Amino acid sequence: MLKLNPLKQTTASRRAFLTGSAAAAGALVIGTTLLFPRVKANAATAGGVDSGPPQPNAFVKIAPDNTVTVMIKHLDMGQGNTTGLATIVADELDADWAQMRAAFAPADAKLYNNLLMGPVQGTGGSTAIANSWTQLRKAGAAAREMLVAAAASEWKVPASEIRVQKGVVSHPVSGRSATFGQLAASAAKLPVPQEPRLKDPKDWVYIGKRVPRIDSATKTDGSAVYSLDIRRPNGLTAVVAHAPQFGAVVKSFDASAAKQVPGVTDVVQIPTGVAVVAKDTWSAMRGRDALRVTWDDSLAEKRSTETLMAEYKTIAPKPGHVAASRGDAAGALSTAAKVLEGEFELPYLAHAAMEPMNSTVAQNPDGTVDVWSGSQFPTIDQAVVASIMGVTADKVRINTVWAGGSFGRRVTPQADYLAEAATILKAIGGRAPVHLVWTREDDMRAGYYRPMVYHRVRAGLDARGNVTGWQSSIVTKSVLLGTPFEAAVLNGVDTSSVEGASDTAYAIPNFHAEVHNAKEGTPVLWWRSVGHSHTAQVMEVFIDELAHAAGQDPLQYRLALLKDAPRHAAVLRLAAEKAGWGQALPKGRGRGVAVHRSFGSHVAMVADVTVASGALKVDRIVAAVDCGIPVNPDVIAAQIEGSVGFALSSVLRNRITLQDGVVQEANFDAYEPTRMSEMPKVEVHIVPSAEAPSGIGEPGVPTVGPAIANAVFAATGKRLRSLPLDLAALRGV
Amino acid sequence: MISVTINGSQKQIDADPDMPLLWAIRDHLDLTGTKYGCGIAQCGACTVHVDGQPVRSCQTRLGDVADARITTIEGVNGKVAEAVRAAWRRLDVVQCGYCQSGQMMSAIGLLSGNSKPTDADIDAAMDGNICRCGTYQRIRAAIHDAARSLA
Repeated sequence: MLKLNPLKQTTASRRAFLTGSAAAAGALVIGTTLLFPRVKANAATAGGVDSGPPQPNAFVKIAPDNTVTVMIKHLDMGQGNTTGLATIVADELDADWAQMRAAFAPADAKLYNNLLMGPVQGTGGSTAIANSWTQLRKAGAAAREMLVAAAASEWKVPASEIRVQKGVVSHPVSGRSATFGQLAASAAKLPVPQEPRLKDPKDWVYIGKRVPRIDSATKTDGSAVYSLDIRRPNGLTAVVAHAPQFGAVVKSFDASAAKQVPGVTDVVQIPTGVAVVAKDTWSAMRGRDALRVTWDDSLAEKRSTETLMAEYKTIAPKPGHVAASRGDAAGALSTAAKVLEGEFELPYLAHAAMEPMNSTVAQNPDGTVDVWSGSQFPTIDQAVVASIMGVTADKVRINTVWAGGSFGRRVTPQADYLAEAATILKAIGGRAPVHLVWTREDDMRAGYYRPMVYHRVRAGLDARGNVTGWQSSIVTKSVLLGTPFEAAVLNGVDTSSVEGASDTAYAIPNFHAEVHNAKEGTPVLWWRSVGHSHTAQVMEVFIDELAHAAGQDPLQYRLALLKDAPRHAAVLRLAAEKAGWGQALPKGRGRGVAVHRSFGSHVAMVADVTVASGALKVDRIVAAVDCGIPVNPDVIAAQIEGSVGFALSSVLRNRITLQDGVVQEANFDAYEPTRMSEMPKVEVHIVPSAEAPSGIGEPGVPTVGPAIANAVFAATGKRLRSLPLDLAALRGV
Repeated sequence: MISVTINGSQKQIDADPDMPLLWAIRDHLDLTGTKYGCGIAQCGACTVHVDGQPVRSCQTRLGDVADARITTIEGVNGKVAEAVRAAWRRLDVVQCGYCQSGQMMSAIGLLSGNSKPTDADIDAAMDGNICRCGTYQRIRAAIHDAARSLA
């Protein structure tokens, strides 16, 4: 029998519902403690992050079968942190890499919090390795000392005579040895050493060397489980008809045809639209196709991106919130020998992870709730689902599984798609596990984009070409305002709107940056490298313009402005040297450079491009990276290679556009990621470092666009500032 | 009931013949290694072999493959498949890994018909498979590596 369970008609807008549910749930837990600016302040601390007493029992599980499982408190959405975190433990433990395993930790904001974010478990800001470094070294070292103590006690020999190597504990004098698995039970009964001795870096076995990725095997035989792969007994699959515009709500709907589709079990109205529930995905999709929904768009965002950008341009010259100011930028510009001006337009961007957003939520007979998700902020996810299901957070179990990408999409303060799944579960009376599937079209159109940006720059040069003053005016929608995180916005400045510009390392004596927080209904979110994804384009292209206006080499011009920024200068020099900077190139080819610091890490890139018959081909990217101690050099290289492939699509063509509030791009045909034939050759060079590790998941993205744009200028004399690059301007070149 | 031969065994599926093979494999046979990415044959995440040829299962009707031999990432085997899998692991190609079943199924298809593909051959065979993590450089290297190991 088909069942229809419409919720009461709600007049609240989609946004109000989402914000409301998060405010009810998330704010209690998170309050003002989740301060993203803190992430950046601490990430580069040389000695690592203080992690308190060692917690081997929370992070290291040694089983009788001799496997060592590291509990991973972060989400691995491809960036390789399961390998990295396991590497840190394996090294201090002197384990054999072959015995290492990784398991995603349960939601526990006390035990598994991100030390750079306060009492919150979450992955973001490229902090997984940075915040875990000292914590996991201590955990591994403590576990090792416990194994040694257990062996010493069992063999009645001094602990100092015991050796540990590649997973074997031995006493060379007596010839005795044991595996970790054999000693685990007795070691577990011993007290945890409070100050275990950490290894001298010269004794590292795995850190700084290549170890095979821990996830390669299961991701190459189809056995790795992502949340879209979760199958629960008697589970039902739901798809949702979402409003065509942000802020539109259901006015009425006719489910009669949908209910006739074989396999459809329920059609329910929820605050974000109308959900069709069925026995399998295809039936749910067909049910949705048959659904007729009338939308109330009275509160919807109905403007087009073109209109919004025109508005941004009228806002930019007005006084904004001051993000950074030193010296007298206006004065310097008024007396400059030469003033340059640049306008940059950067579009909304979809995250477009390969796995469209989805989740499974089930209520158990005892009232507890299970969630299966590639959960990036388990603390938020748990709180949001708990509030919807009417239980306390401790009754919600988050089962974190592999995530098919994220790029920032899985961290919404509203836990939007989890909230949707829980709402549907509630609407069907909790009678069966609900597997919510967003189609690619839902994923691309139902919201959350990198904010659109208009950034106007004016800079002044003296007679010798030195930059004397700089003014930036940024118009964009804040990611944080209107969310439970908005306490992190101080004096109107959301640092995630201005980072990378307001904190530029260039020694510009008179510098002033302002931000205007655009008001619009488009939902925005952090997108891989967040503010740096747009500010680096502006800073690095415009510095290039200043260098050319000064008649100087763009590399030397940068180095002169980075005298007090040795890590910037070092990556610049390394990338330039490896790329053959200064060598002559044939006609039609060009070489461009960019450098940027983000998430504690420094990246320089030199791009080689060919422009022939009006077509752009990116031939090669040479990257130099300083991310502190390189825990896994091969994973670092992979992240930089991947960042190039990821960013290239938004350099070449990606943009999300609204027409009368309706998102025009729905699938990969209109929002096409980089493809194999477009991928340049990427070379990665890592700067040796003794500094504590910093981020690598995001820092490869910001320099891709400006290095390419600057190379296009070198090849053609055409200055393309905005992204995606105006490739039409290259026709006839 | 539709009868299909998948990974060497015969299975009965109680579904509409119009159902895309992708959803039959995932929802009715619980073989979830084959992924949904776009539903319109733009990304290749759903690539399986039908009679040894790579096809997009999101665009293949279940009713059209009742007499065919279907192979998914879970069941693909033989010299070429093993060489590809070994190369993918040796070079640590994967990042998020979601697209890699489809990438490997396309690569196995390529190497099965072309034992020494050039870069241009790889571009042509693999351009239909999207990797949002941007692992293309390693996919290319792994295909060359697998070809070398098969030589």
